[in-house]
Amino acid sequence: MWGDFSAEVIKLVKRPANWLLLAVAMVLGLLFTYVVPYAGFKGATTNATGGRGLAAMLPANLVGNSVAGLPVFMGAIMVIVGVLAVGGEYGWNTWKTVLTQGPSRLAVFAGKVGALAVAALSFVVAFFAVGVAASMVIASLEDQSLALPSAGDLLVGVGAGWLMAGCWTAFGVLLAVLLRGVALAVGLGLVWLLAVQNLITLLAAPLLPWVAQAQKGLPGPNAGALAAALGSATDTPGVEAIVGGAQAALVLAVYLVGFLAVGAALLRRRDIL
Amino acid sequence: MEPVVTRGLTKRYGELVAVADLDLVVRAGEVYGFLGPNGAGKTTTLRMLLGLVRPTAGEVLLHGRPPGALEGIGALIEGPAFYPYLSGRDNLRVMARHARVADRRVDVVLEMVDLTGRGKDRYGAYSLGMKQRLGVAAALLKDPRLLVLDEPTNGLDPAGMADMRAMVRRLGAAGCTVLISSHLLGEVEQICDRVGVIAQGRLVGEGTVADLRGAADLRVVAAPLERAAGHARDLLGADAVSLVDGGLHLAVEAARAGEINSSLVCAGVTVSELRMVERDLEETFFALTGGESRVG
Repeated sequence: MWGDFSAEVIKLVKRPANWLLLAVAMVLGLLFTYVVPYAGFKGATTNATGGRGLAAMLPANLVGNSVAGLPVFMGAIMVIVGVLAVGGEYGWNTWKTVLTQGPSRLAVFAGKVGALAVAALSFVVAFFAVGVAASMVIASLEDQSLALPSAGDLLVGVGAGWLMAGCWTAFGVLLAVLLRGVALAVGLGLVWLLAVQNLITLLAAPLLPWVAQAQKGLPGPNAGALAAALGSATDTPGVEAIVGGAQAALVLAVYLVGFLAVGAALLRRRDIL
Repeated sequence: MEPVVTRGLTKRYGELVAVADLDLVVRAGEVYGFLGPNGAGKTTTLRMLLGLVRPTAGEVLLHGRPPGALEGIGALIEGPAFYPYLSGRDNLRVMARHARVADRRVDVVLEMVDLTGRGKDRYGAYSLGMKQRLGVAAALLKDPRLLVLDEPTNGLDPAGMADMRAMVRRLGAAGCTVLISSHLLGEVEQICDRVGVIAQGRLVGEGTVADLRGAADLRVVAAPLERAAGHARDLLGADAVSLVDGGLHLAVEAARAGEINSSLVCAGVTVSELRMVERDLEETFFALTGGESRVG
Protein backbone atom coordinates (compact mmCIF):
# COMPACT_ATOMS: atom_id res chain seq x y z
CA MET A 1 0.00 0.00 0.00
CA TRP A 2 2.78 2.45 0.93
CA GLY A 3 4.71 1.27 -2.13
CA ASP A 4 1.70 1.94 -4.36
CA PHE A 5 1.22 5.38 -2.81
CA SER A 6 4.83 6.38 -3.33
CA ALA A 7 4.75 5.01 -6.90
CA GLU A 8 1.69 7.15 -7.61
CA VAL A 9 3.38 10.20 -6.09
CA ILE A 10 6.29 9.77 -8.52
CA LYS A 11 3.85 9.47 -11.43
CA LEU A 12 1.96 12.62 -10.38
CA VAL A 13 4.92 14.80 -9.45
CA LYS A 14 6.99 13.97 -12.52
CA ARG A 15 4.14 14.49 -14.98
CA PRO A 16 4.51 17.90 -16.65
CA ALA A 17 0.76 18.10 -17.39
CA ASN A 18 -0.02 18.29 -13.66
CA TRP A 19 2.32 21.25 -13.16
CA LEU A 20 0.76 22.96 -16.15
CA LEU A 21 -2.70 22.48 -14.64
CA LEU A 22 -1.51 23.88 -11.31
CA ALA A 23 0.04 26.89 -13.04
CA VAL A 24 -3.13 27.51 -15.08
CA ALA A 25 -5.28 27.26 -11.95
CA MET A 26 -3.07 29.70 -10.05
CA VAL A 27 -2.92 32.21 -12.89
CA LEU A 28 -6.70 32.05 -13.42
CA GLY A 29 -7.32 32.52 -9.71
CA LEU A 30 -4.92 35.43 -9.52
CA LEU A 31 -6.34 37.06 -12.62
CA PHE A 32 -10.05 36.83 -11.88
CA THR A 33 -9.96 37.18 -8.11
CA TYR A 34 -7.40 39.95 -7.80
CA VAL A 35 -5.86 41.44 -10.97
CA VAL A 36 -9.04 42.12 -12.97
CA PRO A 37 -11.12 43.36 -10.01
CA TYR A 38 -8.21 45.53 -8.86
CA ALA A 39 -7.71 46.98 -12.34
CA GLY A 40 -11.44 47.67 -12.44
CA PHE A 41 -11.28 49.31 -9.04
CA LYS A 42 -8.36 51.55 -10.06
CA GLY A 43 -9.95 52.46 -13.37
CA ALA A 44 -13.35 53.29 -11.95
CA THR A 45 -14.18 56.99 -11.85
CA THR A 46 -17.14 56.62 -9.54
CA ASN A 47 -18.25 53.99 -7.06
CA ALA A 48 -21.15 53.00 -9.26
CA THR A 49 -19.25 50.61 -11.56
CA GLY A 50 -20.72 47.46 -10.08
CA GLY A 51 -17.34 46.20 -8.84
CA ARG A 52 -17.03 44.44 -5.53
CA GLY A 53 -14.90 47.19 -4.14
CA LEU A 54 -11.56 47.12 -2.45
CA ALA A 55 -12.75 45.30 0.66
CA ALA A 56 -13.35 42.07 -1.30
CA MET A 57 -9.68 41.92 -2.32
CA LEU A 58 -8.14 42.33 1.13
CA PRO A 59 -6.48 39.59 3.19
CA ALA A 60 -9.50 39.44 5.51
CA ASN A 61 -11.49 37.87 2.64
CA LEU A 62 -8.84 35.27 1.86
CA VAL A 63 -10.96 32.19 2.62
CA GLY A 64 -13.96 33.10 0.48
CA ASN A 65 -11.75 34.30 -2.37
CA SER A 66 -9.56 31.17 -2.37
CA VAL A 67 -12.41 28.66 -2.58
CA ALA A 68 -14.71 30.68 -4.85
CA GLY A 69 -13.47 29.03 -8.05
CA LEU A 70 -13.83 25.45 -6.82
CA PRO A 71 -17.54 24.96 -7.55
CA VAL A 72 -16.93 25.41 -11.29
CA PHE A 73 -13.66 26.51 -12.88
CA MET A 74 -11.08 25.17 -10.46
CA GLY A 75 -13.36 22.16 -10.07
CA ALA A 76 -12.98 21.54 -13.80
CA ILE A 77 -9.21 21.56 -13.42
CA MET A 78 -9.44 19.06 -10.56
CA VAL A 79 -11.59 16.78 -12.75
CA ILE A 80 -8.83 16.86 -15.35
CA VAL A 81 -6.22 15.99 -12.69
CA GLY A 82 -8.30 12.99 -11.60
CA VAL A 83 -9.00 11.80 -15.13
CA LEU A 84 -5.35 12.08 -16.17
CA ALA A 85 -4.09 10.10 -13.19
CA VAL A 86 -6.36 7.13 -13.89
CA GLY A 87 -7.15 7.48 -17.59
CA GLY A 88 -3.44 7.49 -18.44
CA GLU A 89 -3.17 3.92 -17.18
CA TYR A 90 -5.74 2.89 -19.78
CA GLY A 91 -4.37 5.09 -22.56
CA TRP A 92 -0.80 3.85 -22.15
CA ASN A 93 -1.87 0.27 -21.30
CA THR A 94 0.14 0.54 -18.11
CA TRP A 95 -2.45 -1.20 -15.92
CA LYS A 96 -1.06 -4.56 -17.05
CA THR A 97 2.52 -3.52 -16.31
CA VAL A 98 1.56 -2.28 -12.84
CA LEU A 99 -0.73 -5.17 -11.94
CA THR A 100 1.64 -7.91 -13.13
CA GLN A 101 4.08 -6.59 -10.53
CA GLY A 102 1.68 -8.15 -8.05
CA PRO A 103 -0.20 -5.46 -6.12
CA SER A 104 -3.95 -5.96 -5.77
CA ARG A 105 -6.13 -3.66 -7.84
CA LEU A 106 -7.63 -2.13 -4.71
CA ALA A 107 -4.17 -1.44 -3.25
CA VAL A 108 -3.14 0.38 -6.43
CA PHE A 109 -6.45 2.28 -6.45
CA ALA A 110 -5.99 3.25 -2.81
CA GLY A 111 -2.44 4.40 -3.55
CA LYS A 112 -3.74 6.51 -6.41
CA VAL A 113 -6.50 8.03 -4.30
CA GLY A 114 -4.01 8.81 -1.52
CA ALA A 115 -1.62 10.54 -3.92
CA LEU A 116 -4.49 12.47 -5.53
CA ALA A 117 -5.72 13.56 -2.10
CA VAL A 118 -2.28 15.05 -1.46
CA ALA A 119 -2.39 16.67 -4.92
CA ALA A 120 -5.85 18.16 -4.25
CA LEU A 121 -4.67 19.57 -0.92
CA SER A 122 -1.58 21.01 -2.63
CA PHE A 123 -3.77 22.76 -5.23
CA VAL A 124 -5.96 24.29 -2.50
CA VAL A 125 -2.96 25.39 -0.44
CA ALA A 126 -1.50 26.94 -3.62
CA PHE A 127 -4.75 28.89 -4.19
CA PHE A 128 -4.53 30.19 -0.62
CA ALA A 129 -0.84 31.06 -1.04
CA VAL A 130 -1.54 33.03 -4.22
CA GLY A 131 -4.38 34.76 -2.39
CA VAL A 132 -2.17 35.70 0.55
CA ALA A 133 0.46 37.20 -1.75
CA ALA A 134 -1.97 39.08 -4.00
CA SER A 135 -4.18 40.43 -1.21
CA MET A 136 -1.12 41.53 0.78
CA VAL A 137 0.22 43.44 -2.21
CA ILE A 138 -3.15 45.13 -2.80
CA ALA A 139 -3.59 45.95 0.89
CA SER A 140 -0.08 47.44 1.03
CA LEU A 141 -0.63 49.50 -2.11
CA GLU A 142 -3.94 50.80 -0.78
CA ASP A 143 -2.74 51.25 2.76
CA GLN A 144 -5.33 48.82 4.14
CA SER A 145 -5.24 46.29 6.97
CA LEU A 146 -2.91 43.31 6.38
CA ALA A 147 -4.76 41.16 8.91
CA LEU A 148 -5.49 37.60 7.73
CA PRO A 149 -8.48 35.57 8.88
CA SER A 150 -7.97 33.64 12.12
CA ALA A 151 -6.02 30.38 12.04
CA GLY A 152 -9.25 28.48 12.74
CA ASP A 153 -11.05 30.11 9.80
CA LEU A 154 -8.08 29.40 7.55
CA LEU A 155 -8.07 25.76 8.61
CA VAL A 156 -11.79 25.38 7.97
CA GLY A 157 -11.36 27.14 4.63
CA VAL A 158 -8.51 24.89 3.49
CA GLY A 159 -10.43 21.84 4.72
CA ALA A 160 -13.59 22.84 2.84
CA GLY A 161 -11.56 23.65 -0.26
CA TRP A 162 -9.89 20.25 0.03
CA LEU A 163 -13.29 18.57 0.23
CA MET A 164 -14.53 20.36 -2.91
CA ALA A 165 -11.29 19.72 -4.81
CA GLY A 166 -11.25 16.10 -3.63
CA CYS A 167 -14.85 15.55 -4.70
CA TRP A 168 -14.15 16.80 -8.23
CA THR A 169 -10.92 14.81 -8.45
CA ALA A 170 -12.82 11.69 -7.41
CA PHE A 171 -15.44 12.50 -10.08
CA GLY A 172 -12.59 12.52 -12.63
CA VAL A 173 -11.27 9.21 -11.28
CA LEU A 174 -14.68 7.59 -11.63
CA LEU A 175 -15.17 8.91 -15.18
CA ALA A 176 -11.75 7.58 -16.23
CA VAL A 177 -12.45 4.11 -14.80
CA LEU A 178 -15.96 4.08 -16.26
CA LEU A 179 -14.89 5.17 -19.74
CA ARG A 180 -11.48 3.46 -19.62
CA GLY A 181 -9.50 6.37 -20.95
CA VAL A 182 -8.78 10.08 -20.93
CA ALA A 183 -10.43 11.80 -23.87
CA LEU A 184 -14.09 10.95 -23.39
CA ALA A 185 -13.81 11.18 -19.60
CA VAL A 186 -12.34 14.70 -19.71
CA GLY A 187 -14.83 15.77 -22.36
CA LEU A 188 -17.90 14.54 -20.53
CA GLY A 189 -16.59 15.73 -17.16
CA LEU A 190 -16.14 19.25 -18.49
CA VAL A 191 -19.50 19.24 -20.27
CA TRP A 192 -21.11 18.35 -16.96
CA LEU A 193 -19.23 20.96 -14.94
CA LEU A 194 -19.20 23.87 -17.33
CA ALA A 195 -22.41 23.36 -19.28
CA VAL A 196 -24.97 21.02 -17.77
CA GLN A 197 -24.50 22.21 -14.22
CA ASN A 198 -24.91 25.87 -15.22
CA LEU A 199 -27.93 25.09 -17.39
CA ILE A 200 -29.58 23.34 -14.47
CA THR A 201 -28.89 26.21 -12.09
CA LEU A 202 -29.53 29.14 -14.39
CA LEU A 203 -32.16 27.81 -16.77
CA ALA A 204 -34.02 24.82 -15.42
CA ALA A 205 -34.14 25.56 -11.68
CA PRO A 206 -35.93 28.96 -11.98
CA LEU A 207 -38.54 27.41 -14.30
CA LEU A 208 -39.21 24.09 -12.62
CA PRO A 209 -39.56 23.92 -8.85
CA TRP A 210 -38.65 20.22 -8.73
CA VAL A 211 -35.34 20.91 -10.49
CA ALA A 212 -34.66 23.65 -7.97
CA GLN A 213 -35.22 21.07 -5.22
CA ALA A 214 -33.27 18.32 -6.98
CA GLN A 215 -30.18 20.45 -7.47
CA LYS A 216 -29.80 20.54 -3.71
CA GLY A 217 -28.65 16.96 -4.08
CA LEU A 218 -26.10 17.60 -6.85
CA PRO A 219 -22.39 18.04 -6.14
CA GLY A 220 -21.90 21.33 -8.02
CA PRO A 221 -24.63 23.38 -6.30
CA ASN A 222 -23.52 21.95 -2.94
CA ALA A 223 -19.94 23.00 -3.62
CA GLY A 224 -21.34 26.44 -4.50
CA ALA A 225 -23.29 26.52 -1.24
CA LEU A 226 -20.22 25.50 0.76
CA ALA A 227 -18.18 28.28 -0.91
CA ALA A 228 -20.96 30.77 -0.21
CA ALA A 229 -21.01 29.71 3.44
CA LEU A 230 -17.28 30.48 3.62
CA GLY A 231 -17.76 33.99 2.27
CA SER A 232 -17.27 33.58 -1.48
CA ALA A 233 -18.97 36.37 -3.45
CA THR A 234 -22.29 35.09 -4.79
CA ASP A 235 -21.71 36.78 -8.13
CA THR A 236 -19.03 34.13 -8.81
CA PRO A 237 -20.40 31.50 -11.23
CA GLY A 238 -21.74 28.51 -9.35
CA VAL A 239 -21.64 30.13 -5.91
CA GLU A 240 -25.08 30.32 -4.32
CA ALA A 241 -26.27 29.65 -0.79
CA ILE A 242 -28.99 27.15 -1.70
CA VAL A 243 -28.28 25.06 1.41
CA GLY A 244 -26.30 25.58 4.60
CA GLY A 245 -22.55 25.01 4.75
CA ALA A 246 -22.69 21.93 6.98
CA GLN A 247 -25.29 20.21 4.81
CA ALA A 248 -23.33 21.05 1.67
CA ALA A 249 -20.14 19.59 3.19
CA LEU A 250 -21.99 16.42 4.12
CA VAL A 251 -23.44 15.97 0.61
CA LEU A 252 -20.01 16.53 -0.94
CA ALA A 253 -18.45 13.98 1.41
CA VAL A 254 -21.10 11.43 0.41
CA TYR A 255 -20.37 12.08 -3.27
CA LEU A 256 -16.63 11.82 -2.67
CA VAL A 257 -16.98 8.42 -1.02
CA GLY A 258 -19.57 7.29 -3.58
CA PHE A 259 -17.43 8.21 -6.61
CA LEU A 260 -14.46 6.36 -5.15
CA ALA A 261 -16.44 3.30 -4.10
CA VAL A 262 -18.04 2.86 -7.52
CA GLY A 263 -14.66 3.46 -9.22
CA ALA A 264 -12.95 0.88 -6.99
CA ALA A 265 -15.67 -1.71 -7.55
CA LEU A 266 -15.54 -1.28 -11.35
CA LEU A 267 -11.76 -1.43 -11.47
CA ARG A 268 -11.74 -4.56 -9.34
CA ARG A 269 -14.39 -6.39 -11.33
CA ARG A 270 -13.53 -5.64 -14.93
CA ASP A 271 -10.98 -7.42 -17.09
CA ILE A 272 -7.81 -5.52 -17.94
CA LEU A 273 -7.66 -5.77 -21.71
CA MET B 1 4.79 -27.72 -7.16
CA GLU B 2 4.38 -27.05 -10.90
CA PRO B 3 4.87 -23.37 -11.78
CA VAL B 4 1.78 -23.27 -14.03
CA VAL B 5 -1.24 -25.55 -14.03
CA THR B 6 -4.55 -24.74 -15.71
CA ARG B 7 -7.59 -26.97 -15.60
CA GLY B 8 -10.49 -26.50 -17.98
CA LEU B 9 -9.55 -22.86 -18.48
CA THR B 10 -12.20 -21.14 -20.59
CA LYS B 11 -12.91 -17.56 -21.61
CA ARG B 12 -16.00 -16.56 -23.54
CA TYR B 13 -16.87 -13.11 -24.80
CA GLY B 14 -20.57 -13.50 -25.52
CA GLU B 15 -20.78 -15.97 -28.37
CA LEU B 16 -17.06 -15.88 -29.08
CA VAL B 17 -14.98 -18.53 -27.35
CA ALA B 18 -11.46 -17.13 -26.97
CA VAL B 19 -10.06 -20.00 -24.92
CA ALA B 20 -11.77 -23.37 -24.55
CA ASP B 21 -11.19 -25.94 -21.84
CA LEU B 22 -7.44 -25.48 -21.73
CA ASP B 23 -5.35 -27.87 -19.62
CA LEU B 24 -1.78 -26.70 -19.46
CA VAL B 25 1.13 -27.77 -17.27
CA VAL B 26 4.46 -25.96 -17.28
CA ARG B 27 7.12 -27.84 -15.32
CA ALA B 28 9.73 -26.26 -13.09
CA GLY B 29 12.89 -25.19 -14.86
CA GLU B 30 11.69 -25.66 -18.44
CA VAL B 31 11.33 -23.16 -21.24
CA TYR B 32 7.79 -23.79 -22.46
CA GLY B 33 6.74 -22.45 -25.83
CA PHE B 34 3.14 -21.49 -26.29
CA LEU B 35 2.69 -21.56 -30.01
CA GLY B 36 -0.25 -20.50 -32.12
CA PRO B 37 -1.31 -18.24 -34.95
CA ASN B 38 -2.41 -14.67 -34.25
CA GLY B 39 -5.78 -14.62 -32.55
CA ALA B 40 -5.52 -18.23 -31.33
CA GLY B 41 -6.04 -17.22 -27.68
CA LYS B 42 -2.43 -17.06 -26.47
CA THR B 43 -2.58 -13.60 -24.94
CA THR B 44 -6.01 -14.17 -23.40
CA THR B 45 -4.64 -17.33 -21.76
CA LEU B 46 -1.59 -15.50 -20.41
CA ARG B 47 -3.79 -12.65 -19.12
CA MET B 48 -5.91 -15.20 -17.28
CA LEU B 49 -2.77 -16.77 -15.78
CA LEU B 50 -1.79 -13.39 -14.36
CA GLY B 51 -5.22 -12.44 -13.07
CA LEU B 52 -5.75 -9.58 -15.54
CA VAL B 53 -8.69 -11.34 -17.16
CA ARG B 54 -11.20 -13.39 -15.20
CA PRO B 55 -11.80 -16.88 -16.63
CA THR B 56 -15.37 -17.80 -17.54
CA ALA B 57 -14.65 -21.28 -16.21
CA GLY B 58 -11.76 -23.40 -15.01
CA GLU B 59 -8.89 -22.64 -12.71
CA VAL B 60 -5.32 -21.43 -12.73
CA LEU B 61 -2.66 -22.44 -10.21
CA LEU B 62 0.72 -20.73 -10.13
CA HIS B 63 3.13 -22.61 -7.88
CA GLY B 64 0.04 -24.29 -6.46
CA ARG B 65 -1.87 -21.10 -5.68
CA PRO B 66 -4.47 -19.07 -7.56
CA PRO B 67 -3.07 -15.91 -9.17
CA GLY B 68 -2.96 -13.10 -6.68
CA ALA B 69 0.15 -11.48 -5.32
CA LEU B 70 2.19 -13.03 -8.21
CA GLU B 71 5.15 -13.57 -5.92
CA GLY B 72 8.24 -14.64 -7.80
CA ILE B 73 6.47 -14.17 -11.13
CA GLY B 74 7.52 -11.67 -13.79
CA ALA B 75 5.60 -10.94 -16.96
CA LEU B 76 5.68 -9.01 -20.20
CA ILE B 77 2.27 -9.16 -21.83
CA GLU B 78 1.56 -7.98 -25.38
CA GLY B 79 4.37 -5.50 -25.74
CA PRO B 80 5.93 -3.11 -23.26
CA ALA B 81 3.78 -0.37 -21.69
CA PHE B 82 5.24 2.44 -19.59
CA TYR B 83 4.76 6.12 -18.79
CA PRO B 84 6.22 8.07 -21.73
CA TYR B 85 7.04 11.19 -19.68
CA LEU B 86 9.19 9.27 -17.17
CA SER B 87 12.74 8.11 -17.82
CA GLY B 88 13.37 4.40 -18.23
CA ARG B 89 14.89 4.35 -14.78
CA ASP B 90 11.98 6.22 -13.15
CA ASN B 91 9.55 3.86 -14.85
CA LEU B 92 11.36 0.95 -13.23
CA ARG B 93 11.46 2.77 -9.87
CA VAL B 94 7.68 3.13 -10.07
CA MET B 95 7.26 -0.55 -10.93
CA ALA B 96 9.71 -1.56 -8.18
CA ARG B 97 7.50 0.21 -5.65
CA HIS B 98 4.39 -1.52 -6.96
CA ALA B 99 6.35 -4.80 -6.73
CA ARG B 100 7.60 -4.04 -3.17
CA VAL B 101 11.18 -4.39 -4.38
CA ALA B 102 14.12 -2.22 -3.25
CA ASP B 103 15.25 0.58 -5.58
CA ARG B 104 18.72 -0.95 -5.95
CA ARG B 105 17.19 -3.81 -7.94
CA VAL B 106 16.39 -1.22 -10.65
CA ASP B 107 20.07 -0.78 -11.49
CA VAL B 108 20.59 -4.54 -11.55
CA VAL B 109 17.84 -5.17 -14.10
CA LEU B 110 18.84 -2.15 -16.21
CA GLU B 111 22.30 -3.71 -16.42
CA MET B 112 20.81 -7.11 -17.32
CA VAL B 113 19.04 -5.68 -20.38
CA ASP B 114 21.94 -3.43 -21.28
CA LEU B 115 20.08 -0.15 -20.75
CA THR B 116 22.21 1.38 -17.98
CA GLY B 117 23.58 4.05 -20.31
CA ARG B 118 20.09 5.12 -21.46
CA GLY B 119 18.31 4.83 -18.12
CA LYS B 120 17.98 8.59 -17.72
CA ASP B 121 16.36 9.15 -21.13
CA ARG B 122 12.61 9.55 -21.45
CA TYR B 123 10.81 6.31 -22.26
CA GLY B 124 8.89 8.11 -25.00
CA ALA B 125 12.17 8.67 -26.85
CA TYR B 126 13.21 5.00 -26.76
CA SER B 127 13.41 2.85 -29.88
CA LEU B 128 11.10 -0.14 -30.10
CA GLY B 129 13.93 -2.49 -29.16
CA MET B 130 14.82 -0.44 -26.08
CA LYS B 131 11.17 -0.33 -25.03
CA GLN B 132 11.00 -4.10 -25.33
CA ARG B 133 14.15 -4.48 -23.26
CA LEU B 134 12.75 -2.18 -20.59
CA GLY B 135 9.65 -4.38 -20.57
CA VAL B 136 11.83 -7.40 -19.89
CA ALA B 137 13.69 -5.44 -17.20
CA ALA B 138 10.38 -4.74 -15.45
CA ALA B 139 9.50 -8.43 -15.69
CA LEU B 140 12.82 -9.28 -14.01
CA LEU B 141 12.41 -6.83 -11.09
CA LYS B 142 11.21 -9.50 -8.70
CA ASP B 143 14.01 -11.91 -9.67
CA PRO B 144 11.26 -14.28 -10.79
CA ARG B 145 11.20 -18.05 -10.62
CA LEU B 146 8.57 -17.97 -13.37
CA LEU B 147 8.82 -15.58 -16.28
CA VAL B 148 5.87 -15.13 -18.63
CA LEU B 149 6.83 -13.52 -21.94
CA ASP B 150 4.18 -12.82 -24.56
CA GLU B 151 5.74 -12.57 -28.02
CA PRO B 152 8.87 -10.89 -26.66
CA THR B 153 10.57 -10.61 -30.06
CA ASN B 154 7.67 -8.82 -31.77
CA GLY B 155 8.91 -5.78 -33.62
CA LEU B 156 12.58 -6.44 -32.92
CA ASP B 157 15.26 -6.40 -35.59
CA PRO B 158 17.24 -9.63 -36.18
CA ALA B 159 19.99 -8.62 -33.74
CA GLY B 160 17.39 -7.71 -31.10
CA MET B 161 15.64 -11.04 -31.63
CA ALA B 162 18.90 -12.93 -31.24
CA ASP B 163 19.68 -11.00 -28.03
CA MET B 164 16.24 -11.72 -26.65
CA ARG B 165 16.54 -15.45 -27.39
CA ALA B 166 19.98 -15.57 -25.86
CA MET B 167 18.62 -13.94 -22.72
CA VAL B 168 15.72 -16.38 -22.47
CA ARG B 169 18.14 -19.28 -22.84
CA ARG B 170 20.39 -17.76 -20.17
CA LEU B 171 17.48 -17.37 -17.77
CA GLY B 172 16.33 -20.90 -18.50
CA ALA B 173 19.84 -22.22 -17.88
CA ALA B 174 19.90 -20.34 -14.57
CA GLY B 175 16.87 -22.32 -13.41
CA CYS B 176 14.11 -19.84 -14.17
CA THR B 177 10.95 -21.38 -15.62
CA VAL B 178 9.98 -19.49 -18.76
CA LEU B 179 6.59 -19.54 -20.46
CA ILE B 180 7.02 -17.85 -23.80
CA SER B 181 4.32 -17.34 -26.39
CA SER B 182 5.15 -16.95 -30.02
CA HIS B 183 3.82 -17.33 -33.51
CA LEU B 184 7.36 -17.87 -34.82
CA LEU B 185 8.18 -21.55 -35.25
CA GLY B 186 11.92 -21.07 -35.64
CA GLU B 187 12.06 -19.14 -32.42
CA VAL B 188 10.24 -21.79 -30.46
CA GLU B 189 12.34 -24.52 -32.01
CA GLN B 190 15.53 -22.76 -30.95
CA ILE B 191 14.76 -22.02 -27.32
CA CYS B 192 11.97 -24.20 -25.99
CA ASP B 193 12.19 -27.52 -24.16
CA ARG B 194 8.50 -28.23 -24.70
CA VAL B 195 5.82 -26.69 -26.85
CA GLY B 196 2.07 -26.40 -26.57
CA VAL B 197 0.21 -25.56 -29.77
CA ILE B 198 -3.03 -23.61 -29.49
CA ALA B 199 -5.54 -22.97 -32.27
CA GLN B 200 -9.00 -21.43 -31.99
CA GLY B 201 -8.65 -21.39 -28.22
CA ARG B 202 -7.87 -25.10 -27.88
CA LEU B 203 -4.66 -26.91 -27.10
CA VAL B 204 -4.18 -29.07 -30.20
CA GLY B 205 -0.76 -30.52 -29.47
CA GLU B 206 1.84 -30.64 -26.73
CA GLY B 207 5.27 -32.16 -26.37
CA THR B 208 8.93 -31.58 -27.23
CA VAL B 209 9.64 -30.14 -30.65
CA ALA B 210 10.85 -33.63 -31.72
CA ASP B 211 7.67 -35.24 -30.35
CA LEU B 212 5.49 -32.84 -32.24
CA ARG B 213 7.30 -33.42 -35.47
CA GLY B 214 6.88 -37.13 -34.98
CA ALA B 215 9.50 -39.67 -36.02
CA ALA B 216 11.55 -39.05 -39.13
CA ASP B 217 10.44 -40.70 -42.42
CA LEU B 218 12.47 -42.67 -44.94
CA ARG B 219 12.32 -40.89 -48.29
CA VAL B 220 12.53 -43.12 -51.32
CA VAL B 221 12.70 -41.86 -54.89
CA ALA B 222 12.21 -44.72 -57.26
CA ALA B 223 10.97 -45.62 -60.74
CA PRO B 224 8.39 -46.69 -61.60
CA LEU B 225 6.85 -44.91 -58.65
CA GLU B 226 3.51 -46.75 -58.82
CA ARG B 227 5.11 -50.15 -58.56
CA ALA B 228 7.39 -48.92 -55.74
CA ALA B 229 4.38 -47.58 -53.81
CA GLY B 230 2.43 -50.80 -54.26
CA HIS B 231 5.34 -52.88 -53.10
CA ALA B 232 5.97 -50.64 -50.10
CA ARG B 233 2.31 -50.86 -49.09
CA ASP B 234 2.46 -54.66 -49.26
CA LEU B 235 5.62 -54.60 -47.17
CA LEU B 236 4.74 -51.95 -44.53
CA GLY B 237 0.99 -51.45 -44.65
CA ALA B 238 -0.87 -48.66 -46.39
CA ASP B 239 -0.74 -46.31 -43.37
CA ALA B 240 3.06 -46.17 -43.41
CA VAL B 241 3.33 -44.99 -47.01
CA SER B 242 2.65 -41.54 -48.37
CA LEU B 243 3.43 -39.83 -51.66
CA VAL B 244 5.33 -36.57 -51.20
CA ASP B 245 7.04 -34.45 -53.88
CA GLY B 246 7.45 -37.24 -56.41
CA GLY B 247 8.79 -39.71 -53.88
CA LEU B 248 7.61 -42.01 -51.13
CA HIS B 249 7.77 -41.16 -47.45
CA LEU B 250 7.84 -44.34 -45.42
CA ALA B 251 7.19 -44.32 -41.69
CA VAL B 252 9.96 -46.72 -40.74
CA GLU B 253 13.09 -46.64 -38.66
CA ALA B 254 16.42 -45.85 -40.29
CA ALA B 255 17.67 -49.39 -39.56
CA ARG B 256 15.27 -50.87 -42.12
CA ALA B 257 16.51 -48.73 -45.03
CA GLY B 258 18.80 -51.44 -46.44
CA GLU B 259 16.18 -54.18 -46.24
CA ILE B 260 13.61 -51.99 -47.98
CA ASN B 261 16.10 -51.02 -50.68
CA SER B 262 16.96 -54.61 -51.57
CA SER B 263 13.30 -55.64 -51.44
CA LEU B 264 12.39 -52.84 -53.89
CA VAL B 265 15.28 -53.71 -56.20
CA CYS B 266 14.24 -57.38 -56.18
CA ALA B 267 10.75 -56.27 -57.19
CA GLY B 268 12.21 -54.63 -60.29
CA VAL B 269 12.19 -51.05 -59.04
CA THR B 270 15.12 -48.67 -59.64
CA VAL B 271 15.94 -46.74 -56.45
CA SER B 272 17.66 -43.39 -57.05
CA GLU B 273 17.39 -41.80 -53.59
CA LEU B 274 17.16 -43.20 -50.10
CA ARG B 275 17.49 -40.97 -47.02
CA MET B 276 15.90 -40.14 -43.68
CA VAL B 277 13.93 -36.85 -43.61
CA GLU B 278 12.68 -35.02 -40.54
CA ARG B 279 9.21 -33.66 -40.82
CA ASP B 280 9.17 -29.88 -41.06
CA LEU B 281 7.79 -28.27 -37.90
CA GLU B 282 5.82 -25.94 -40.10
CA GLU B 283 4.03 -28.90 -41.68
CA THR B 284 3.19 -30.24 -38.24
CA PHE B 285 2.00 -26.81 -37.18
CA PHE B 286 -0.29 -26.47 -40.17
CA ALA B 287 -1.60 -29.96 -39.64
CA LEU B 288 -2.35 -29.19 -35.99
CA THR B 289 -3.84 -25.75 -36.47
CA GLY B 290 -5.97 -26.59 -39.45
CA GLY B 291 -3.57 -25.19 -42.02
CA GLU B 292 -5.28 -21.85 -42.37
CA SER B 293 -2.83 -19.91 -40.33
CA ARG B 294 -0.04 -17.75 -41.59
CA VAL B 295 3.14 -18.24 -39.66
CA GLY B 296 6.59 -16.80 -40.16
